[in-house]
Amino acid sequence: MRFMMMVIPKGNGSAAPHAVSSAEAVAKMMEYNKTLQKAGILLALDGLFPPSTGARISLVDGKATVTDGPFLEAKEVIGGYWIIQVRSREEAIEWAKRAPMSNNEVIEVRQIHEMPDFPEDVQKAAEGFEHQNAVNR
Amino acid sequence: MSDVTRTIEAVWKIESTRLIAALARVTRDIGIAEELAQDALVVALERWPEEGIPENPAAWLMTAAKRRAIDSLRRGQMLVQQHEEIARELQVQQQRLGEAMDQALDQVIDDDVLRLIFTACHPVLAVEGRVALTLRLIGGLTTAEIARAFLVPEKTMGQRIFRAKKTLSEAHVPFETPRGDELRRRLKSVLSVVYLIFNEGHTATSGEEWMRAALCDEALRLGRMLVQLLPGESEIHALLALMELNASRTAARRGSNGQAVLLPDQDRSLWDGAQIQRGMTALEDAQRLGGGARPYALQAAIAACHMSARTAEETDWDRIVLLYDALMQTTPSPIVALNRAVAVGMAQGPAAGLDALDAIATPSADSSLAGYHLLHSVRGDLLMKMGRFPEAREEIRRAIALTQNLREQELLTERLKQMEKAATST
Repeated sequence: MRFMMMVIPKGNGSAAPHAVSSAEAVAKMMEYNKTLQKAGILLALDGLFPPSTGARISLVDGKATVTDGPFLEAKEVIGGYWIIQVRSREEAIEWAKRAPMSNNEVIEVRQIHEMPDFPEDVQKAAEGFEHQNAVNR
Repeated sequence: MSDVTRTIEAVWKIESTRLIAALARVTRDIGIAEELAQDALVVALERWPEEGIPENPAAWLMTAAKRRAIDSLRRGQMLVQQHEEIARELQVQQQRLGEAMDQALDQVIDDDVLRLIFTACHPVLAVEGRVALTLRLIGGLTTAEIARAFLVPEKTMGQRIFRAKKTLSEAHVPFETPRGDELRRRLKSVLSVVYLIFNEGHTATSGEEWMRAALCDEALRLGRMLVQLLPGESEIHALLALMELNASRTAARRGSNGQAVLLPDQDRSLWDGAQIQRGMTALEDAQRLGGGARPYALQAAIAACHMSARTAEETDWDRIVLLYDALMQTTPSPIVALNRAVAVGMAQGPAAGLDALDAIATPSADSSLAGYHLLHSVRGDLLMKMGRFPEAREEIRRAIALTQNLREQELLTERLKQMEKAATST
């Protein structure tokens, strides 16, 4: 089972465009990442720029509307993620509990859909999608 | 199972390896180490549902294991305790043990985990014992789970694990990571155990679907762990690459009715692109470390050829033939030769393929391949492509008679039907 652990940092919605974490916080995070790696469960991870550099595209009355960051009304904005492969939901939660977090920070754990989880008609509809694009030739 | 029990199980799967590894450093016996860890788990199962999961479960479990160790030391010496001298000695021993375990707790180092892996895969054990111990001690699987994965009764698997631990203990196998040439040699055993676990999940056609998937995932996890623990060993990267690339086709290997779908007929859109990418990266790492010509790397490179072709027709068969040539140099075997003949047939036409096949085994000859169903099915395919239908049919029929595997029988029977259709339409 694959899970995505999403970090929702406190105050991320209004953080400055180039706000970076302290060296100490980064060192702690690296140590955690290393633990995930050594456990053999880490598949991918990334950190995102603060939302102030992002944009939100929403469909309003059939029209795409663009809103530039920061998103002051949004309380929860993703700051980064890990993708891990574990054997149960409980295990994903236990790993999330071990992540270095500051007060009021949130980590959301969500299972990633695998193709066999979908009903057959959905699998049919998804047929032909070129996963292969991701592969170097 | 209650929520807390499931959480405890998850904590166990996360912590047990490092716990057992640290305890084994102190006790020098992985059987005793595992018992102590198990005892700690039992205490956790009693207490955590009431007290809640502790802040640092690893430390908690280690403390509980330490208490058990001191208890058993005390119990073992109870009878002779009337002698003051022995009592004093016992006290010293207890203190030493306590200190050693406190230290072990402070510095659970990666080397312990590596030592544990090498010990579980020690050549003094039968291969099935190595596999069972590895899944149990490093995989954190229960005996029942391992038994189910290998389709043996739980009792049989329990005895297998018990015997393996006893063998290690009796042979006084040191709890250590080998060095130099010895490391290379022993690493071979470790990698073959990991690959065996993977293949049990990947190619076995009986057993529960989810349990087999679990074996593949566990082998991949072990591969990723080993890459971290011994990053300079190219063969580990290569094996990981081979497993990632083979596992990436899992979703495409079964048709909607559960029938097997062979590589050329697979819907390539179902291949897992992210996993292919991980496999390619691991293969590059192996090659960068100078191990590109070693067996696992060559096999991974062959898989990579398949995985990077957009369609079966676009497959670079010339390159695959070259890779099989190299594999024949390093690890010649009838199976490799057979696969090479298939590749030659694809690259240079069925007649060349048949020549390559006849060079390794004429069907009537008494060779190790003669009773092997794949030899006949490959021959049948090549003959069919050459339009020699009666001979082709004969070969496929022989292949059907030789395989015990139901899915393969289905597949071959289907091929026979197609062949008959093709024969009548010409």
